[in-house]
Amino acid sequence: MLTLECPYCGVKACETELSPGYEAHLKRFGPGSTPEEFEAYMFARKNPKGVHFERWRHTYGCGKWFLAARCTATLEVFGTYPAQVSGPPPEIIAKIQARRPGWTPDGKATA
Amino acid sequence: MSTRLSKGGRLIDRSAAVEFTFNGKRLKGYQGDTLAAGLLANDQMLVGRSFKYHRPRGIVASGPEEPNALVNLGTGPRLEPNQRTTTTELFDGLEATSQNHWPSLEFDVGVVNNYAARFLPAGFYYKTFIHPRPFWKHVFEPIIRRSAGLGKAPTEGDADHYEQAYAFCDVLVIGGGVAGLLAAKSAASTGQRVILLEQTATLGGRTPVDEALIDGQPVDSWLAAIEGDLRAMDNVTIRTRTCGFGVYDHGYVLADERIADHTPGDGRPRQRLWRIRAGHIVTATGAIERPLSFAGNDIPGVMLAGAVRDYVTNFAVSPGDRTVVVTNNDSAYLTALTLRAAGLEVPAILDARDNAAGPLVEAARAAGIRVLTGRGIAGVKGSKRVTSVAVCTQAGEGAVLEEIACEAVAMSGGWSPVVHLWSHCGGKLTWDDTISAFVPDPARPPLNHDGGAMVTVVGAAAGLLDLDTILEGVAQTGVSTRVETKGRRKEDAKKVVKTTVEIPPVWVMPQGAPIALRNKMWLDYQNDVKVSDVQLAAREGFQSVEHTKRYTTLGMATDQGKLSNINGLAVLADALGEEIPQVGTTTFRPPYMPVTLGTLAGEARGEIFQPLRRTPMHESHEKSGAYFEPVGLWRRPYCFPRAGETHEQAVHREVLNTRSALGLLDASTLGKIIVKGPDAGKFLDMMYTGVMSTLPVGKCRYGLMCNEQGFLSDDGVVARIDENTWLCHTTSGGADRIHAWMEDWLQCEWWDWQVYTANVTEQYAQVAVVGPNARKLLQVLGGMDVSKETLPFMQWADGTLAGFPVRVYRISFSGELSYEIAVPASHGAAFWAACLEAGKALGAMPYGTEALHVMRAEKGFIMIGDETDGTVIPQDLGLDWAISKKKTDFLGKRGQERSYLANPNRWKLVGFETLDGSVIPDGAYVVADGVNANGQRNTQGRVTSTYYSPTLKRGIAMGLLYQGPGRMGEVVECNTVAGGLVKARVCDPVFYDKEGEKQNV
Repeated sequence: MLTLECPYCGVKACETELSPGYEAHLKRFGPGSTPEEFEAYMFARKNPKGVHFERWRHTYGCGKWFLAARCTATLEVFGTYPAQVSGPPPEIIAKIQARRPGWTPDGKATA
Repeated sequence: MSTRLSKGGRLIDRSAAVEFTFNGKRLKGYQGDTLAAGLLANDQMLVGRSFKYHRPRGIVASGPEEPNALVNLGTGPRLEPNQRTTTTELFDGLEATSQNHWPSLEFDVGVVNNYAARFLPAGFYYKTFIHPRPFWKHVFEPIIRRSAGLGKAPTEGDADHYEQAYAFCDVLVIGGGVAGLLAAKSAASTGQRVILLEQTATLGGRTPVDEALIDGQPVDSWLAAIEGDLRAMDNVTIRTRTCGFGVYDHGYVLADERIADHTPGDGRPRQRLWRIRAGHIVTATGAIERPLSFAGNDIPGVMLAGAVRDYVTNFAVSPGDRTVVVTNNDSAYLTALTLRAAGLEVPAILDARDNAAGPLVEAARAAGIRVLTGRGIAGVKGSKRVTSVAVCTQAGEGAVLEEIACEAVAMSGGWSPVVHLWSHCGGKLTWDDTISAFVPDPARPPLNHDGGAMVTVVGAAAGLLDLDTILEGVAQTGVSTRVETKGRRKEDAKKVVKTTVEIPPVWVMPQGAPIALRNKMWLDYQNDVKVSDVQLAAREGFQSVEHTKRYTTLGMATDQGKLSNINGLAVLADALGEEIPQVGTTTFRPPYMPVTLGTLAGEARGEIFQPLRRTPMHESHEKSGAYFEPVGLWRRPYCFPRAGETHEQAVHREVLNTRSALGLLDASTLGKIIVKGPDAGKFLDMMYTGVMSTLPVGKCRYGLMCNEQGFLSDDGVVARIDENTWLCHTTSGGADRIHAWMEDWLQCEWWDWQVYTANVTEQYAQVAVVGPNARKLLQVLGGMDVSKETLPFMQWADGTLAGFPVRVYRISFSGELSYEIAVPASHGAAFWAACLEAGKALGAMPYGTEALHVMRAEKGFIMIGDETDGTVIPQDLGLDWAISKKKTDFLGKRGQERSYLANPNRWKLVGFETLDGSVIPDGAYVVADGVNANGQRNTQGRVTSTYYSPTLKRGIAMGLLYQGPGRMGEVVECNTVAGGLVKARVCDPVFYDKEGEKQNV
């Protein structure tokens, strides 16, 4: 039973108030895309053990979708942020890197 | 024999006698007794039979770890099986019966299994019942089911009620022993909100039994003082009889409060489930004593040494006049001294260690008790109770040195910290060689949302087995119980308090025991798993402790291996030639204690099992005797049967009346979503396969929604309300899902589009007025022009009818002349009544969902969930006309371009008419020649809707068929439940009024 803070209403919401929406920051591929692009959009999910970005909806609260950065192994939550972005904002990345030195958004280790 | 002592008993009230029964026998006890104490006080040593061999079993423990003494408690609507006598408080009128035997506890036929034990080794079922295959279902399983099983499931509904409650705190302390009390006080003194849970009725844990003084004070007065301090603090809540049984993510804890288990029928809820969210959790769950593995260690009268102390000190119950103590550590000497002080005999203490020293050992020697070191038990004599023990050297193979007559054996194989709650959420363990046990590793705690430690362990649960280091340990961890502390700091980890107690490993007694002895050494009492079984599993190649557990059933009983796990995996490690830490433990999963289903269900049972949605007309339907069916959380009338009518007859009448005169349908459950804004048209063009942006104001259009894979997800009629506003009808079950789907795309993908949505499903009641007389009814109601010219098919208009503000949609799901009339929900019941009243002269009858289904099937209209199942695209259903060819994009367009979905050979919608006029059974397949790899008949299609059409007076069906539309007129075969086949001709799915004239008048 996770608790995630809804970035819209500021409530620390228990998982029973939320609906999961799985991986965040997917890029939609519509008509004209190659089979590989469409497959990646539709089916290929990261499922990492570690830092992960997820969509959650505050279903039994304000009804807004938001995004959460958390560790799937330890359940540590690095932060939540509004859904209207195409990638994790810098302050979230900074928070993750403070807790997971060497982690980068593209998965490549820093030198 | 076991009996009540004349003096002592710190928990019992001798002035309050209670009567109870066991297997119908009337017995006497005192208030404060547990049922186990009450049984022992009445010399009821034999309390049950074991699971597999039906061996006689007695009480072993004094707490939740008890594996044997499970009973059926109560009768009738209060019967509950598998209740532990050791945690059941005795009350006047308690009725208990023993389990797992036939015909009686004293004489059990199933005990033949015991003599056949060598034919029932580990993995017996897997090895034996493989061939011949049919025997499993018809011979083996029925016999095993009769001979196995604990207790009997109640057959009546539960007379009690249960409730659930939420609680929040900064620090949750689980366990009300000395360590827990100190931790609670330390946390509370910093102003934090503290909740303290204790599973028994009294605080103090083991200390009042095992110690005389704390901090130089008598234990009882020390406890009274700290309890008084805590109860005086506003920020502290103490809950006794409350077991914290599960630790979950982010400080979430479940606890079971047993409010009225000991006062059944007093009107209070029987149990309460606490759902607690804690900033930090302190587990002070103590330790559980381990049995020793010697031959005959399961005979009634062999008990844990700590339990023997508990019964003597707490309840003044003696297990027997003469008790032999057998141990590998000092704590059992306390039992010998306690028995002596109560005036009972201790013929000998058998200590497996070669050297015994220390204050307790010296005290025992000084008291004149015979202490034999380097000795063990070669075997226990007796069947339904202990008569003597045979002594041997621990180092040898079991040659008997002497036999000592006794009525009880008090054994101690050391103490295992209760690490369950630490481990539930990922806390790691480390092996402690000093006490031969797994202890929580403070460097690897379960983590909280902030990455800090979520749980701190104090007291014996942390491996501190003596009072001095427990006190020291709590004092030192006090700081990390503060919420703001992010985990245990490194410097803290360095000065970990170590216990002074040493417990050398003794896993098998004697260490060189031959198979004849190992065959009688019980590890798991409840599931009848012996040392020899685990060793056999190891020889057969089971190396993982998780596999061995499942193969032997070690630790899989209702006690979940609280006594057996460590002994079992030590035996496994030895057999594999590995170290115990390398073998590891099985996974600890909640609940720590069995929790009754009633508590988990709470109030959600019967009428209020789930919330019900009722339309504004629901009460009227109930009055007219409607038969309801669930549609999502809605309850909708299935039909309105009249006196003497079957449901089927009612449905036929409703269909025929609607087609010939006038039918009224409560369509309020239909989903209604308003989509509004400058970009609403553009948005709906993405959501629907068709074009909605070009829909003129005042008109309606049928639309399909697909998911991104292209599969059909919902359908409904869309009405353009004004320049910027559309009203989207969805299926009754789909409103919430589709609204959420729209919001998902608006919030997460096209967040710059100016659109908002509102789900107004419950704001409107909707009545479908259907049939040749539909227009006449609206004219009788009066108030607006509903003529063909003013309000043609697929248009809508606002106005008033009989004075009600209405919006009238001229749409049809039945093929008849039809108006769907929306009124504000508060007018729904009155408007429905007005329609029924005015319709009397026009032959109006209400109809239900089944008539709706039949009529739509007669017209070949698809139903989401019948014709669709998440693998069907609109093209499969011949709905290509509703898919825009011009639009460059809509949800599902790319998905439908995939080669498999574009394949012309997909199963497609057709109608079926049986040659003999019968109705094809629901769920039938259209069979093809030959069989598949599993020997099942090949298929070429499936029936999706099948009904008797009262209009056509024969069976009609729709279904998906391989290359269907190209096979009109062909005769195919559908299978039936009975096993035969029914022949049907492939036809157009529109069975009635193919030209659509009736709806267009």
